[in-house]
Amino acid sequence: MSKLYSGAEIVFKCMEDQNVDHIFGYPGGAVLPIYDELQNFKSIKHVLVRHEQGAGHAAEGYARSSGKPGVILVTSGPGATNVVTALTDAYMDSIPLVCISGQVPTHLIGTDAFQECDTTGITRPCTKHNWLVKDINDLASTIHKAFEVATTGRPGPVLVDIPKDIQFQKTKYSKPKKEKKLNGKSHNHFNQNSIDELIELMSKSSKPIFYTGGGVINSGPKASELLRELVYATGFPITSTLQGLGSFPGDDNQFLGMLGMHGTYEANNAMHDCDLMINIGARFDDRITGKIDEFSPKSKKVHIDIDPSSINKNVKVDLAIVGDVKTVLSSTLKSLKQKKSKFLKSNKQKTSKWWEKIQKWRSVRSLDYIGSEETIKPQYAIERLYELTKDKDSYITTEVGQHQMWAAQHYKFNKPNRWMTSGGLGTMGYGLPAAVGVQVAHPKKLVIDIAGEASVLMTIQEMSTAVQYNLPIKIFILNNQYMGMVRQWQELLHDKNYSESYTAALPDFVKLAEAYNCVGIRAKTPEELDDKIIEMLNTDRPVIFDCMVDKVENCFPMIPSGKPHNQMILGPKDQENKKITGKGKSLV
Amino acid sequence: MPNSKSAYSFSNKKEKFDTHIIVVWVDNEAGVLARVVGLFSGRGYNIESLAVAQVDEKLKISRITIVTTGTPQVVNQIKLQLRKLVPVHKVADFKREDKAVIFKEMALFKIVGPNNKLESALKACKKYNPVLLDKTKKSNVIQITALRREIDKMSKDLKKFGLVSVSRTGAVAMTRGAEIFK
Repeated sequence: MSKLYSGAEIVFKCMEDQNVDHIFGYPGGAVLPIYDELQNFKSIKHVLVRHEQGAGHAAEGYARSSGKPGVILVTSGPGATNVVTALTDAYMDSIPLVCISGQVPTHLIGTDAFQECDTTGITRPCTKHNWLVKDINDLASTIHKAFEVATTGRPGPVLVDIPKDIQFQKTKYSKPKKEKKLNGKSHNHFNQNSIDELIELMSKSSKPIFYTGGGVINSGPKASELLRELVYATGFPITSTLQGLGSFPGDDNQFLGMLGMHGTYEANNAMHDCDLMINIGARFDDRITGKIDEFSPKSKKVHIDIDPSSINKNVKVDLAIVGDVKTVLSSTLKSLKQKKSKFLKSNKQKTSKWWEKIQKWRSVRSLDYIGSEETIKPQYAIERLYELTKDKDSYITTEVGQHQMWAAQHYKFNKPNRWMTSGGLGTMGYGLPAAVGVQVAHPKKLVIDIAGEASVLMTIQEMSTAVQYNLPIKIFILNNQYMGMVRQWQELLHDKNYSESYTAALPDFVKLAEAYNCVGIRAKTPEELDDKIIEMLNTDRPVIFDCMVDKVENCFPMIPSGKPHNQMILGPKDQENKKITGKGKSLV
Repeated sequence: MPNSKSAYSFSNKKEKFDTHIIVVWVDNEAGVLARVVGLFSGRGYNIESLAVAQVDEKLKISRITIVTTGTPQVVNQIKLQLRKLVPVHKVADFKREDKAVIFKEMALFKIVGPNNKLESALKACKKYNPVLLDKTKKSNVIQITALRREIDKMSKDLKKFGLVSVSRTGAVAMTRGAEIFK
């Protein structure tokens, strides 16, 4: 007879077989049997966070930067509810997470027991799937299935809720089965005809654009390689969503920068005026489309996505190709080479006018800002950070707000999986724990959280985690003492009534760093900025960098809410002429 | 302003709402109905009626029949979102007007009153396969199977004969002929 294992042992046996090397967690009553087993599984390292939300975001950072699923271990009740924000964040941004939560013993479920909550009920709308394991014999297969669901198709978070008595019970262990298909849900639903049609559209187009998103990153590094190949083979311009940054080199001439609400003038105008839009792994999010009725009115739209429900959800498309980006791109490239081997040459003529137009938009230099010798402009701080770190293969995380948009605009990414930011849910407090997770996955690399002082305070306790595990993350705070994006919207939309967006009584971040036993650095003037950044980079410990920036700088360019792509506000002067009125005011 | 689908755009134009019957085959496991119903409420879709029961004891498959209304785009989203749920095997979608599909709902009527009224009530139900399930001197329980609007009508019409209680199911559906939905 084969050996019997306890439920707690089975949890780790499953993780071993799923090649898990790190888990992020926090112990508590209902997961104690699992924590008791931890020491017997040497290949699995546990990272003790300071709050379960931090565990979730750390796992997200780990997953985004490594391509592997992030694993979380939390207790019942508050442990599980605290992780809900991170699960929702991962669900919105399609990040594979496996969350193991403890639950009160089965006989107590439904009695309002201590630290009981309906975990599967609460997390049902924010996971791809979840399970309450009530029979020890289902445990191994459920956990294996959980990993499969999290990582296949459009990735996302899953949760396995394990009652405490199940963790003690014993049974045989079963290895993961190699399932061919997930409940009949295969992921590639396109045929050669669609690819031919795409190539036909591409060869007819005189004003084409690639619009790429996080799906390219999720499809793996190979997808980014293929994307580059396709973009170079066609000579088409390319723009990217916030989540897609890095799949195509940010400093390449064919790259128009990010699009959307705070995207570049050239990217948004090209989206508006194009005659062919090829969406690869993006989802026509409202931050991207602006006013949807006037979204790219003259274009044929192609949508490549692994998730059929993304097709025609917000924007009707002319050609839908449901499949994994990598597979679709490789088929497209193959056909392109066979059928139109001289595509680039024949197309150059056709798109030359289009490129001229794009150059005109480019010459507006929409990311420019008014510099200053006295105060550090936040854009300048990011630019300097980029210049001083661009040779280091650095990993950047962000919180949410103005600093996030400035980072997306001014930091150029050349590789996928280097940029971790909360896009869909817009979770303030994401960046610091995410940086912890990234550094765990890449111990030797430079990991910087570009932060705002308001966001970072939401999960600042994770500095303690960074210190405990010697994770030399750099928290680069653009400190303007305001919730900058809130302040900006109040300025633009609410007659400068800065209701509750100023943070009085901020901590002294340098002293705070010292309290956490890491290093605090402050920069106050543009003059000293470079030296201070270099000092930060030369510090092999966690650093909180308090960069005191202009308090009232706004993030431009901007598509005001309720407006289409071609009506951007370019800067402070433009702001007066294009006041947001009427219905636009009630949009977010 | 033309119609828009974005959560953050306004729509003035009313699009045509169609009634659809969505049939979902699911694994009969804990929480599966909550997943399906939660998807509807969470995304703002409408449920007019719902019928659910296990239909395959061996494979533990339940069949959920949902009557919903929505624009073609919304109905399409409903189907695609349902197909993403892990315990969902297949999803069928029928328009209410579809002649190739049979829709039926069942209703139980309790009538209390003198004999002549009880008889009139039963007679009024004649078109809808009435079954007299219970009879006392003062009361009848009548079962009918019919379409939604027919049951709506009967629920009104029987009032004058002493209708005191109505219990009804959601619609169930099946295709006509030898074909089955794959």
